[in-house]
Amino acid sequence: MSDLGHVLVLAGGVSFEREVSLSSGRRVSDALTHLGVEVELVDIDAYLLPRLTSDPPAAVFLAVHGVEGEDGALRDALDVAGVPYVGATGSAARLAFDKAIAKAVVARAGVRTPPSVALQHAAFRDLGGAVLLERVVGRLGLPLVVKPARGGSALGVSVVREAADLPQAMVNCYSYDSVALLERHVSGTELAVSVIDTGDGPVALPAVEIAPVTGTFDYAARYTAGMTEYHAPARLDNELATAAAEMAVTAHRALGLRDLSRTDLIVTAGGTIEYLETNVSPGMTATSLLPLAAAAAGIDLGTLCRDLLQRAVTRGVSTPGAPA
Amino acid sequence: MEMSGGSRLDPYVDRYAARTHGMTTSEIRALFAVANRPEIISMGGGSPNVSALPLEALGEMTAKLIAERGAQALQYMGGQGDSRLRELICGVMALEGIDASPDDVVVTVGSQQALDVVSRIFLDPGDVVIAEAPSYVGALGTFTQYQADVVHVAMDDAGLVPSALRDAIARIGREGRRAKFLYTVPNYHNPAGITLVESRRDEILEICAEAGLLVLEDNPYGLLGFDGPPLPALRSRVSEGVIYLGSFSKIFASGVRVGWVLAPPGVKEKLVMASEATTLCPVALSQYVVAEFLAHHPWQEQVKVFRELYRARRDACLDALAASFPAGSSWTHPTGGFYIWVTLPEGVDAKAMLPRAIQGRVAYVPGVGFYADGQGRRNLRLAYSLPEPDRIREGVRRLAGVLAEELEIAATFGTTSSGAAHE
Repeated sequence: MSDLGHVLVLAGGVSFEREVSLSSGRRVSDALTHLGVEVELVDIDAYLLPRLTSDPPAAVFLAVHGVEGEDGALRDALDVAGVPYVGATGSAARLAFDKAIAKAVVARAGVRTPPSVALQHAAFRDLGGAVLLERVVGRLGLPLVVKPARGGSALGVSVVREAADLPQAMVNCYSYDSVALLERHVSGTELAVSVIDTGDGPVALPAVEIAPVTGTFDYAARYTAGMTEYHAPARLDNELATAAAEMAVTAHRALGLRDLSRTDLIVTAGGTIEYLETNVSPGMTATSLLPLAAAAAGIDLGTLCRDLLQRAVTRGVSTPGAPA
Repeated sequence: MEMSGGSRLDPYVDRYAARTHGMTTSEIRALFAVANRPEIISMGGGSPNVSALPLEALGEMTAKLIAERGAQALQYMGGQGDSRLRELICGVMALEGIDASPDDVVVTVGSQQALDVVSRIFLDPGDVVIAEAPSYVGALGTFTQYQADVVHVAMDDAGLVPSALRDAIARIGREGRRAKFLYTVPNYHNPAGITLVESRRDEILEICAEAGLLVLEDNPYGLLGFDGPPLPALRSRVSEGVIYLGSFSKIFASGVRVGWVLAPPGVKEKLVMASEATTLCPVALSQYVVAEFLAHHPWQEQVKVFRELYRARRDACLDALAASFPAGSSWTHPTGGFYIWVTLPEGVDAKAMLPRAIQGRVAYVPGVGFYADGQGRRNLRLAYSLPEPDRIREGVRRLAGVLAEELEIAATFGTTSSGAAHE
């Protein structure tokens, strides 16, 4: 048995990534159970806070993706409830979850990221949708990636190659979020670099290279086994592998994250690396990237989650609203 | 785990049959996983209102059944299904004017399995199935898995349009392709909420007979009409050329998974063999439960309870639509069944709008799923069967708010979309 005490894995909620989150939660919970940790998988609903009060766990592992898990609110609620948890504080999660803000913060730390604009629907409405889109295309060029500023799993994301397809891509995107990020499309090798910190500072795990069979790493390619080929470690020379690892650690630090994160990058044919985004609650499903990276490094997923929980217990409760 | 050679995380990926190639997870599945949460008013799934059943009495009935006849009810049985239940099923079909022999009935695990076995014995890859536009998504999924091509035929407010059916048959013939059957839901159509008028029924049957086309009549809602007695089934007019699918999912309980096929004798033999290869036999316990319910409970009174309950929900939904939906939208006025088919104003894509709707705590099924050819972008299906009338009113009100926002976005970007309503 573990001496960690009783812990909860939170998963589910009402976000669009509910199903993915439940799958992540089950995987983490099973891995912890296997190590003898007393663990319970709990959904996010109106019963959660009373439950945390009446039977406080030693710590919580957040396997919650999408708005609920990553916009900071749940983390703030855990601070208020006095429960330690694994991962970023609410304020740091908020920074990272908004891709437009995260790009700006990480760029300030000297990291390359594709040029982009983040626009509310109101801007298009007030300035004229067609005219503004034309200017954006003129400035950023085509193809463009249109994505909800806040969201995950590629939901609402379109790669737009023809200007004529842009209006529908905008409509699809705004159905998910009120802010759209229009980013110059960079082609190259997609990488996911997970970062963990079990007490000795943030360390990058081996980069995972993502090669979707259809060429697009969309929702289906992410969660249908067989639709994407993964290489862990990525097929990079040492210099690029080191640069990618450094970039992920820089992003983790610049955003003020704790414990774990996953940064998505693109390596261009010319050998430059571009930053796309960082996830504060990385997927833990059977087709997720952080577990692949951990396995490539010879790290057992359950042991990693247990160590991170132990770290959360030792750290104790965060001050509500603490800066990143 | 070193994977420098690359891994697709599924060691069997190169071994799957060609028919599995479309079997991927999708955004829409992710969205529906949220739609079932209690915070959301879901008018998505066509679930029957089983809480209106006399659950306590059914519990006693089932306990007694197992105590007294468990040795049979918990055992294998013949692949065609329990003979007593098949007799009782003939009594149910008699209400729709069908004169049938229990020998020609095959009990299935819901009528979804009936669709599967009928498809299995008739469809080769590349065969054509003719279906209404739109058509039941579960049937389209089955036809697709058998690698058939679905050709849609228009409906209007009176149901399938005979001239459009003639045209489709001629066109398929000219293309050198072979249509095997017409799949039709003549009563209280899923998803369109439309009923094929009496005056077209013989004509549709004649067109199919002339073309040598079987009719697959799917009639789960036939007894759930709100106005007057049940309409005579297509199968009641002819004894050949129609394969009839029935179900207890909507008139009793979907969870028992009991449906049936009434087929001409030769077809029936093959259906039994195909069905045995899938399930050995339909679920014995469920068949006994249904048979007991039909034999010893006032089940037709129960159907009346359901009819009134669904009528009140339909009325709530229609009233709310009329009160809150914007100009440019339209919807069908079902006289029975579970569904209203909504056509949104030009430029609004119902599938693209679904995430916004779910964030607005209301859910529906986007229209594109009910077509095999990409139509239906402006359409959505509302199922009024499950929520209470007040929740339906609130759900439609929320949806109208979502639609107003979506219209504003569509106006900003000047999007247009193709895809017709039920014509």
